[in-house]
Amino acid sequence: MVNRRVLLLAPLGVAVVAGAGFWTVLRRMKAGHFDPHDVPSQLIGRAPPAFEPLPPLGSGPGFGSADLAAAGRPLLVNFFASWCVPCVIEHPVLMQLAQDGLPVWGVAYKDKPDAAAGFIERRGNPFARVAQDVPGRVAIEWGVYGVPESYLLDRQGVVRWRMAGPVTPSILAEQLRPLLRSLA
Amino acid sequence: MIRALVLLLLLAGPAHAVSDPAEMLPDPAQEARAETVGRQLRCLVCQNESIEDSNADLARDLRRLVRARIAGGATDDQAVDWVVARYGDFVRLRPPVTWVTALLWASPVLAVVAGLGLVWMGRRRPAPPPAPLTEAERARLADLTSP
Repeated sequence: MVNRRVLLLAPLGVAVVAGAGFWTVLRRMKAGHFDPHDVPSQLIGRAPPAFEPLPPLGSGPGFGSADLAAAGRPLLVNFFASWCVPCVIEHPVLMQLAQDGLPVWGVAYKDKPDAAAGFIERRGNPFARVAQDVPGRVAIEWGVYGVPESYLLDRQGVVRWRMAGPVTPSILAEQLRPLLRSLA
Repeated sequence: MIRALVLLLLLAGPAHAVSDPAEMLPDPAQEARAETVGRQLRCLVCQNESIEDSNADLARDLRRLVRARIAGGATDDQAVDWVVARYGDFVRLRPPVTWVTALLWASPVLAVVAGLGLVWMGRRRPAPPPAPLTEAERARLADLTSP
């Protein structure tokens, strides 16, 4: 009658395994380590795609892929828009990063120049350079599928990390800061 | 009146997901290919719709770019690969068979095997014949059934 017992216990075993799986996934989602909607970036370990310099927003210079390659130091490329609510949530973290000396280069994604400029003016400007991608064409080359999205480039200009969604204080502390330390 | 309606229905083409006719390619054969390609590609914003079905901005941009590639002479595979190069295998609504997706693709077979295993384990064996009656039982039986 060993078989009977196995049959009776099988559903329980399935429930235990599935429960453990769900519990792990939900716990990781809650802690912000796992996002089921996340699309892994194709750029990790590679240089960003070649693109012609994008027009600047405001008085500073815009930038293209050549400028990124020539930067020679770690920097964060941040796609944002004035119409994007999570960008507002993320904004203080970008300010903090800029204050700590990490250059943050912004790309205003599908935004009216006036609206994007107003966003920066109202909330403070964390960006060393801000470019505009009004048609969103360069963003597609990068594999951007929403804003905000941030890409960390090392001093060789290779993408080491990508965040789709706002960089929150906990993501900053747990992921970005350790990585920045290892790149310094 | 009815005849006119029937005629209208016959003249109406298939419903296109593309809401804006200006998006469509002038060549119907190319447009059909672009739709086939677009139906295989996931909209990254809604994630469970193809870019042909989605109204998201990004889906519209990708529809346009796929059509530009098809019109430029790219094969269907080349057009799909162009999008996959930017967004990864996740944009394919039908995931390719790789070692990462092996478990996914094998799951129907695994489910059937597991089911057959359960059936095999749960099958009923014929019960063993009962032990022959003892002498005392035989005597009691004879006693009970005697007229």
